[in-house]
Amino acid sequence: MSDITVIGAAEAEARIGQVASVRDYFALLKPRVMSLVVFTALVGMLIAPGSLHPVLGFTAILCIAIGAGASGALNMWFDADIDAEMSRTRNRPIPTGRIERGEALGFGATLAFGSVSVMALAVGVVPAVLLAGTILYYVLFYTVWLKRRTPQNIVIGGAAGAFPPMIGWAAVTGGLSLEPVLLFAIIFMWTPPHFWALSLFQREDYVKAGIPMLPVVAGERETRKHILLYSLILAPLVVAPYALGMTGPLYGIVAGVLGLVLVALAYGVWRARDREDGSYREARRLFGFSILFLFLIFLALLGDHVLASVL
Amino acid sequence: MPLHDRHKQMRWRNIVVALILIGLVVLFFFITIAKMGSQS
Repeated sequence: MSDITVIGAAEAEARIGQVASVRDYFALLKPRVMSLVVFTALVGMLIAPGSLHPVLGFTAILCIAIGAGASGALNMWFDADIDAEMSRTRNRPIPTGRIERGEALGFGATLAFGSVSVMALAVGVVPAVLLAGTILYYVLFYTVWLKRRTPQNIVIGGAAGAFPPMIGWAAVTGGLSLEPVLLFAIIFMWTPPHFWALSLFQREDYVKAGIPMLPVVAGERETRKHILLYSLILAPLVVAPYALGMTGPLYGIVAGVLGLVLVALAYGVWRARDREDGSYREARRLFGFSILFLFLIFLALLGDHVLASVL
Repeated sequence: MPLHDRHKQMRWRNIVVALILIGLVVLFFFITIAKMGSQS
């Protein structure tokens, strides 16, 4: 009995000693994911026809950023057990004990509710519904349901990351059309090869955490084939906005070149299937380039739009 | 963690919360002005 009391007191002392800092709460928001979400949403907003008061535009972007952060916090709340198993995630605030799971749940739920409410009241109902749908999709559909059940988790769950440019577009126009759906499709098709490249060189982590990522369930060879297939679909898809007359030649050229580089790197991953030495050099290269790829595609969209409005 | 460090960290946290609340007040003020402007 006394032992239990002593251990309890020591644990309590250790917990009291750990005060969650502002940085810990910020880490709950997954700031790196948030930055890409904000950027794609901003481009969706800036290239949409029409105009939005700068204050309302800022509010819309803030709501999208906070909504994305809320999704991240709720994801960390639910996945705390598997985050503790993986080297990439074990230093997150919940596995290290700096933030309690309940705190993360309350923090995430409050931010989600707040961001959707402000979006509805200040900007519009359509972007608010899309934002709420994105948060629910990511938290309930992907995190709670799909992630631990199917190797297609990232294919279907990737849609959550593809919504932001549509929300940005809807914030300006109050509705949707083919253009934002195309932007959605680009991010949707980009997500699987991006994450599968990561899961190739982080495979052991996913095995340890029991997550059925494609390399764990279907093997590396199948994953490499899927990466190449998705890249072959993505390359023409990124040129589609130009082919359909939505953008000028600047975007068409940039998208064409980036698509070719992506396919070349994906082909390199496929070719390395029988001579992998464990360094996963090709997969790491593809993963790094895929982040740059998405950033440059959206930057080119914006650049092309600015050029068209100046000329 | 020594008590004074904990207090320092909590003080910093409270300051950030206060700044966020002030920021929201300012944001809601400007949202109201923007919405009123668009209605007139």
